[in-house]
Amino acid sequence: MIPISPAMTDAAFALALALLLLAPLAIAGVAFINTGLGRSRSAAQALLGNLAIVAVTAIVFALVGATFAGSLPGTPGSAGFVFQAAGKPWNWLGAGPFLLGGLAAAPAQAQLAVLFEFMAVAMAALIPWGSGADRFRLTAGCAAAAAMAGIVFPLLAHWVWAGGWLSQLGVNFSLGAGFLDPGGAATVHMFGGLSALAVIWIAGPRKGKFPKEGLATALPGHNAVYILFGCMIALVGWLAWNLAGALIWLHAPLAALPVTAINTVLAASAALVATFTVTRVRFGKPDASLCANAWLAGLVASSACAALVTPGVALAVGFIAGIATPLLVEFLELAVSIDDPSGAIAVHAAGGLLGLLAAGLFAPQQGQLVAQLVGIATLLGLVFPLVYLLFWVLNRLHPFRADADGERIGMDLHELGGGAYPEFVIHRDESYR
Amino acid sequence: MKYAGLLVMPAGFFLSIAALTLFPAPAPRAGFVLCGLAVEVLGLVVAVRGHMQARGGSRP
Repeated sequence: MIPISPAMTDAAFALALALLLLAPLAIAGVAFINTGLGRSRSAAQALLGNLAIVAVTAIVFALVGATFAGSLPGTPGSAGFVFQAAGKPWNWLGAGPFLLGGLAAAPAQAQLAVLFEFMAVAMAALIPWGSGADRFRLTAGCAAAAAMAGIVFPLLAHWVWAGGWLSQLGVNFSLGAGFLDPGGAATVHMFGGLSALAVIWIAGPRKGKFPKEGLATALPGHNAVYILFGCMIALVGWLAWNLAGALIWLHAPLAALPVTAINTVLAASAALVATFTVTRVRFGKPDASLCANAWLAGLVASSACAALVTPGVALAVGFIAGIATPLLVEFLELAVSIDDPSGAIAVHAAGGLLGLLAAGLFAPQQGQLVAQLVGIATLLGLVFPLVYLLFWVLNRLHPFRADADGERIGMDLHELGGGAYPEFVIHRDESYR
Repeated sequence: MKYAGLLVMPAGFFLSIAALTLFPAPAPRAGFVLCGLAVEVLGLVVAVRGHMQARGGSRP
């Protein structure tokens, strides 16, 4: 049975609701960053794709996902599916009401949980869309988002947030407080980052990215203003997201929220300063898009640990994220031939991993680190192959990648019939010669 | 090779889960969970190498 959480005070409910209404700013920020990091001839398709994915995930999650996430305790069937192994219950699948039936009558906190999940699934599905920039078809992106929202995310959300087996590791195996992920570092960001890797492998690199001879071609983002403005919006959204997560999933007292907010800002700030320094030392000048990636990586890492650690630890986590992000982006591109325009693997997958480890290392409960490791093992060993399989099947049914003509003229003209910047002269791409 | 790597990764997950049920003591349990994670990382490395080989043969 899903544990019924302690009742939320009216003040905490009102605050959590207000915060969740600000959380879409994080989604908007990531959408801006995704668009700015792509090329100008695909900008309208990229931004429309972000919007379409938010819409598709909301519909699919309401139709199918929320039922299996099972976040409405007290409704018929909400206990979910449980099997017994080694004398312990393993709650592996939720069984909530169809089409959110009974939502209005559910406890206030459960309604907030469902609203949080709606935001979370949209954010998770946006992440691979950014990585497939300039070659990922709009309809295929929506299909991938539907698969994420209807099949994989509900499983994860149930396991981590709705009384599933990962959240019960503390009760059943004395592993701290069970797997902790108040801001969605695993359920949203690591999941999204690993899905991005699956999309990149299946869709392949952009044409001309990896020539037969020589190093990878640099295909820089087309609009640094979008990217950096997206970072600023994302900060507001992330603050709201982390505070709402602490209230809903950790039942944090109101007095604990300022520290969570400060930790969020510190993690992002330290990451930015670290990358600014690393790129300044390596390239002679700071790199704007890598600094933006690091800012986001710091925010992602804070999703797991901002509500659980001290400001000093948040600063250290951000600093490590800031050093690792540019190096990892470079390694993935140059050493592993991964064409990830938005840097989702370094930012979301690695950033989320770092935050989850920090939460395990610095949380006061005994055994918390092992609980976090089991959660990470679940994402890497079970969720990633499952997502790859789903995307592989989807790609067979409806190819992810646009045809060569689409790549040549840009996704805007190919898929939408018009560009984002019709008055601009589009330069011919030398890499197609 | 990529698919072999992807198949190894769930094996690492099941190792980690087995650790929870087989070892009540914290130290061996943590060690076994880490072994499971190591197997997953190994699977990922194999998959990445397989992907690179496949890409190497089909570069434009």
